[in-house]
Amino acid sequence: MPNTKLGRLVATSVAVALGATALAACGSSDDDSRADSGPVSLTYWSWTPGMDKVADLWNKGPGKKDQITVTVKKQASGDTLVTKILTAHKAKKAPDLVQAEYQALPTLVSNDALADIAGEAGGVKDKFAEGVWQQTTLGSDAVYAIPQDSGPMMFYYRQDLFKKYGLKVPETWDEFAETARALKKKSPDTDLTTFSANDSGLFAGLAQQAGAKWWTTEGDKWKVGIDDAASQKVADFWGGLVEEGAIDNQPMYTPAWNKALNTGKQIAWVSAVWAPGTLTTAAPDTKGKWAMAPLPQWTDSDNVTGSWGGSSTAVTTDSQHKAAAAKFASWLNTDPEALTALAKEGGIYPAATTAQTSDAFAEPPAFFSNQPDFYTKAADIAKTTAPSAWGPNVNVAYTTFKDAFGKAAKNKSDFGAALKTMQDDTVADMKKQGFEVAE
Amino acid sequence: MSSLAVRKAAPAAGTTPGTAQGPPLRRRIAFVPTLTLLLGALYCLLPVAWVAIAATKSGRELFSTFTFLPGTGFAENLKDLNAYRDGVYWKWMGNSALYAGLGALLSTAVSALSGYALAIYRFRGRETVFNVLLAGVLMPPVILAIPQYLLLAKADLTDSYASVLLPLVLSPYGVYLARIYATAAVPGDVVEAGRMDGASEWRIFTRIALPMMIPGLVTVFLFQFVAVWNNFLLPYIMLSDDEKFPITLGLFTLLEQGANAPALYTLVITGALLAVIPLIALFLVIQRFWSLDLLSGAVKS
Repeated sequence: MPNTKLGRLVATSVAVALGATALAACGSSDDDSRADSGPVSLTYWSWTPGMDKVADLWNKGPGKKDQITVTVKKQASGDTLVTKILTAHKAKKAPDLVQAEYQALPTLVSNDALADIAGEAGGVKDKFAEGVWQQTTLGSDAVYAIPQDSGPMMFYYRQDLFKKYGLKVPETWDEFAETARALKKKSPDTDLTTFSANDSGLFAGLAQQAGAKWWTTEGDKWKVGIDDAASQKVADFWGGLVEEGAIDNQPMYTPAWNKALNTGKQIAWVSAVWAPGTLTTAAPDTKGKWAMAPLPQWTDSDNVTGSWGGSSTAVTTDSQHKAAAAKFASWLNTDPEALTALAKEGGIYPAATTAQTSDAFAEPPAFFSNQPDFYTKAADIAKTTAPSAWGPNVNVAYTTFKDAFGKAAKNKSDFGAALKTMQDDTVADMKKQGFEVAE
Repeated sequence: MSSLAVRKAAPAAGTTPGTAQGPPLRRRIAFVPTLTLLLGALYCLLPVAWVAIAATKSGRELFSTFTFLPGTGFAENLKDLNAYRDGVYWKWMGNSALYAGLGALLSTAVSALSGYALAIYRFRGRETVFNVLLAGVLMPPVILAIPQYLLLAKADLTDSYASVLLPLVLSPYGVYLARIYATAAVPGDVVEAGRMDGASEWRIFTRIALPMMIPGLVTVFLFQFVAVWNNFLLPYIMLSDDEKFPITLGLFTLLEQGANAPALYTLVITGALLAVIPLIALFLVIQRFWSLDLLSGAVKS
């Protein structure tokens, strides 16, 4: 998820503009999911490439039978889309279906933008891993979205260079640190990897693996645990590595980062299942030289991973045909034909567990042709995804993360203090928004 | 153009008191101002050069070869851009031309009418209207985008061409500029003479005042055109159908494709380069009117 300056600018300006208009929160939504009869036409905001082609499959197949036509309107992904959905929702003009990243769901739900589709779509629950499904219910009995893709985290490394430098693939984070130090000794100009603060999803996933629960509810109060023990452990670990110079501290997704990966100056990347796509553009000369392994663990006996990225399909409260929309959302994310098309056209890694081992994933990604069991391994790792706990202002926490950790990484200063800043700013913002926060 | 710039810049930079007073007898090259201007030009042109060169690189070359070394992928990039979603790029280009062209034309027409009225007619509340407009000039359009969206949503006009065009029609800055220009370029005597000869107000405006205001209106048109061409937030909020997107928005969707699909950098860069060309062409064509502007100003005073 390369986060562009433009994107941030848009998000900020929209937020400013929203604030300036000082709109009264909209009241209850008229909840008339009338029984759908006759032809129904739905609009769907999605950023997945090729989603229109997948919708065509529906329109020509099951949709034709049920007289439900879906029109895809392609959007740009990211926080800006959440703001756009909320703006449209204020005018009661949100589309019937929206694609939303998991961490955006609480924001959308707390603005009353998403409909509860437990009745229509609750039956597909067992198609998904527990840790993934739980993100769409927000820990309640409601179902606010159907998982579409997931981003289980993994460890990517240059197989050839690990051999050259005599390194072993780390299985625990302690070994990871040792590997970084050993590499520094053998080749001072080479870094195992970098700590980057420009995509908060990475740190959130790592904290999730360590068992962090950033947002929980206690009665009717929110509890923010961004600086809980687990997150502190993760922050101190990476902060320590940066401080002693065992790893680099330059941000990801920059031309310099691409070059470091492409030339073997950086030889590993903690990433998620979608990494092959990113590596294809970032480091084109290294095709076939990478391999994927499970994420290092905190203790030998653990077997968990975090998730970075991933999105879901949600039905909005503005939709006049919620049942029909929920039907499409279920088909899109559980039907084998739909999921195969999504994998082929959109390059997504499906959240539905059966699809992860389907024919579409028999072959490894082209960039990883040297690792034939890539997707078998990936499916095993996906099962170990730790549950995550998102709150209503993830965007604020993420922005503070970028600022505070960006500065800390650059100055090689205390990551713990940065985490504290993140916690304080997030709590302050929630209070300002009128949420009750337990201390 | 450069000699003019040098002479103009010399006193401003304040090199020596000698050159600042009266025309110099011998044309000397003023090194400091020239250097400053060259640096400024470099500062402005370097990013353009980067885009132009990066557009020639294939995805493999983009981040791995030397920045200013031309690549080999330009034809390929063009082909990919042309093929992306069945050539939707050209649709965006057409939409941008429509929004910018028609939008700027409409807003220039409105600006001309209201600027002329504010400059020539004396009526109660004229200054108030003008001051409100001035406040409008200071208001960043970004702040207005969301209220405009909510208004147009009430009229059921969102996600249509009109939703982007309508808010553009009234440009406070355009009206302001047109009024200032009309005050300077349309003498009250001429309007009075027209009335004496029995011409209707509309005729005076179209036949006498409008031709006098052309250079100023060209400026308004150009400003508006560029502003709309580069506009992002308004269409972003208003439109959801990517067939109606202008180029700025279209390229943004190419960048933000979600985690599974890497950003299509080569397409975005090539697309951005092509998107600049109409603007450059417009400036080159319309430059003639600007020199006319300078000349007419000189003759009159």
